[in-house]
Amino acid sequence: MGRTSSTKEDAGALFHSLRSAYAATPVNLKIIDLYVGFAIFTALIQVVYMAMVGSFPFNSFLSGVLSCVGTAVLAVCLRIQVNKENKEFKDLPPERAFADFVPCNLVLHLVIMNFLG
Amino acid sequence: MARRLAGFLVLLLVVSICEAAFLFQPISDSHRSAALELFTPDHGSFKSLEETYEALRTFQILGIEKKPDLTATACRSISETVGSSSSTAKDLFYALKANSIAECKIDKKASKGIISRLNASVSGASSLLDFYYSVGGLVLIKDQSSEADVHLADAEGVFRSVKAFSQSDGRWRYSSNNPESSAFAAGIALETLAGIVSLASSEIDQSLISTLKNDIIKLFDSIEKYDDGALYFDDKLVDGHEYQGPLSTTSSVLRGLTAFAAVTAENLNLPGDKMLGLAKFFLGICVPGDAKDFFNQIDSLACLESNRVSIPLILSFPSTVLSLTRKDSLKVGVSTVLGSEVPSLTVKLVGAFSSGSKDASLVESQELNFDKASGLYILNGLPKSIDVGSYTFVFEVVLHEPEHEEVYFMGSQTKVPISVTGLIKVENSEIAVLDSDLGSIESQKKLDLAGKNAISLSANHLQKLRLSFQLTTPHGRSFKPHQAFLKLRHESKVEHIFVVGNSGKQFEIVLNFLGLVEKFFYLSGKYDMELTIGDAAMENSLLVAIGHIELDLPEAPEKAPRPPPQPVDPYSRYGPKAEITHIFRAPEKRPPQELSLAFLGLTILPLLGFLIGLLRLGVNLKNFPTKPVPATFAVLFHVGIGAVLLLYVFFWVKLDLFQTLKLLGFLGVFLVFVGHRILSHLAAASAKLKSA
Repeated sequence: MGRTSSTKEDAGALFHSLRSAYAATPVNLKIIDLYVGFAIFTALIQVVYMAMVGSFPFNSFLSGVLSCVGTAVLAVCLRIQVNKENKEFKDLPPERAFADFVPCNLVLHLVIMNFLG
Repeated sequence: MARRLAGFLVLLLVVSICEAAFLFQPISDSHRSAALELFTPDHGSFKSLEETYEALRTFQILGIEKKPDLTATACRSISETVGSSSSTAKDLFYALKANSIAECKIDKKASKGIISRLNASVSGASSLLDFYYSVGGLVLIKDQSSEADVHLADAEGVFRSVKAFSQSDGRWRYSSNNPESSAFAAGIALETLAGIVSLASSEIDQSLISTLKNDIIKLFDSIEKYDDGALYFDDKLVDGHEYQGPLSTTSSVLRGLTAFAAVTAENLNLPGDKMLGLAKFFLGICVPGDAKDFFNQIDSLACLESNRVSIPLILSFPSTVLSLTRKDSLKVGVSTVLGSEVPSLTVKLVGAFSSGSKDASLVESQELNFDKASGLYILNGLPKSIDVGSYTFVFEVVLHEPEHEEVYFMGSQTKVPISVTGLIKVENSEIAVLDSDLGSIESQKKLDLAGKNAISLSANHLQKLRLSFQLTTPHGRSFKPHQAFLKLRHESKVEHIFVVGNSGKQFEIVLNFLGLVEKFFYLSGKYDMELTIGDAAMENSLLVAIGHIELDLPEAPEKAPRPPPQPVDPYSRYGPKAEITHIFRAPEKRPPQELSLAFLGLTILPLLGFLIGLLRLGVNLKNFPTKPVPATFAVLFHVGIGAVLLLYVFFWVKLDLFQTLKLLGFLGVFLVFVGHRILSHLAAASAKLKSA
């Protein structure tokens, strides 16, 4: 009894500590996290739709899902590069990382638009 | 073009008529029409004087009228050649040769010039051909201009120089440098030597002329022979350039021989059968397709027609197939090679032998009657011993005047294949079905093989079918045709053919169905019967449908052979096939529109969530540059990104990839420039902030 309750309490404590730790992250990182979440959520909705109606224009489905996933991946890369706690990218100015992020996204979306059909 | 085609067809027809190996037809109208076709000048004149001469000489021999425009153009080229000082001896030779036929006038000055040039050529000659052209030219000019004084200087010396080119085997060389000798050159040499003798016969030692006789006899030792008795000369093919071919070579030798015989009083002692053999060679060619070959043939035949050695006579047959029904008579013509008349003679039929049998002659020796109207010798009525079939008739020709035998030559005996045809009587034909063991007749019907039959019989496998008939020739003898077949054809088109055997006149075939059951593939049913009797000598060969027979054969066992597959009606296999209607791919099932629109709305939801989240986070635009220059760049940067996204929308809706890429190129460059400016400005600003 104490074990289960401790597990529950532990889970609760873990959740709270995570939440408070997260609150400490800088705002720009939170923006990026929000963007990633938005992208993944959109992908999920597309997968559900495909599961419902079948994958007839398969290329369209792929392009939709991959655009979401691709942009999420690029955002994660941006987050890594912008995060000040990351010792590896200490010398890289965040504007430069953003300057990389924008064209990569544009190229990804060009390819996606071509594949959309 | 159409004329050429017509001429070609005429040649083809004549060649096909002329196929008979042992029969040699003298020259006829088919040659004349072929000559007119072959010797057509290009734009009114021939390529060279040699060709002009050949055409004129051929027309002259064949008796074709001289066309005035041809003569006129010939005269023009002759006078041109004769007048020109650069003409060689060869040109003058052919010009004078053509002139001997065209008979154009050559003025005295020109002929004097020719004579002096030819004399110079003779003294300067070193090869056989040089001598030939110069001496030949002098002979011709002597005949053509009566006033000119033609004198050959040192005739004996020239004679010896030409003779020096001779070889021991009777052939001649062309020059002292060239070791190759040929019979063609021998002919040219003989003509040249004959020319020298005719120009200055008194100056030449008779013994020299006699040695030539030996040369000629040695030359004739090398003559070659075909199976049908034709004789010809041919040189070994050593150097393709010099090789002339048997026709040209034989014709050259013959020209030389007859020219030489014409100038010498001595007897050449050449047996007449050699001339007859040569005549057979030239006539056996029928109508040559080449102008040069045609000229060689006709010129040689003209030499044979009137020469001092011996003139061969040819037997010709208007028809070698005689019909007993029409009561045809055997007709024979005797003429020279060019078809001229001959002195009176008798044609005897010495014997007739059945082809392939060595028995004694079927007829006695008898003379043929001469019919003045047609000029042919006719055997009135074939003897009774000659029935239908193919025979070899042997003829002999005897000249009436003994002195003609010196001049003319007729071979000893001439063998000719003759076919006799007639109506064969088909009698006593009947068909019967017999019982196998007892041999008794179950049903018997009479057949009329000349007319229509519709016999209907039936038999089972234990019975036999018998067909019999008799064949009799017009003279009542038995006759065995090449083909005597009985064909049985089943409804399913499977056929069986049987040969009808004979003993004497009686032909009979017995089909024992018991033994034939397997051959017939156990197919029962209606069989059509057809009888074929055929032979080349039978004028009434027949192929009649006799009727049909219903055969009842036992069932086929398991392992019985199947009948061979019958040929398929070609139209059903290669004809048009059934029409195919194309089945297009059914379009995919699409989801209902409302569902799609609902999900479209659902997809927008996360975007809204994102925007709301941003607001909750307290997103602000504080870092937006205030100074005008960076501000412009910032604005332009955002505008640029927006423009690219708009371009993507257009790409999806309307544009193709190339247009998009082009525009993207421009926008990209702009964006890079602008982005770089604003971001470097922002970076500088934050760096300043950090350091401060």
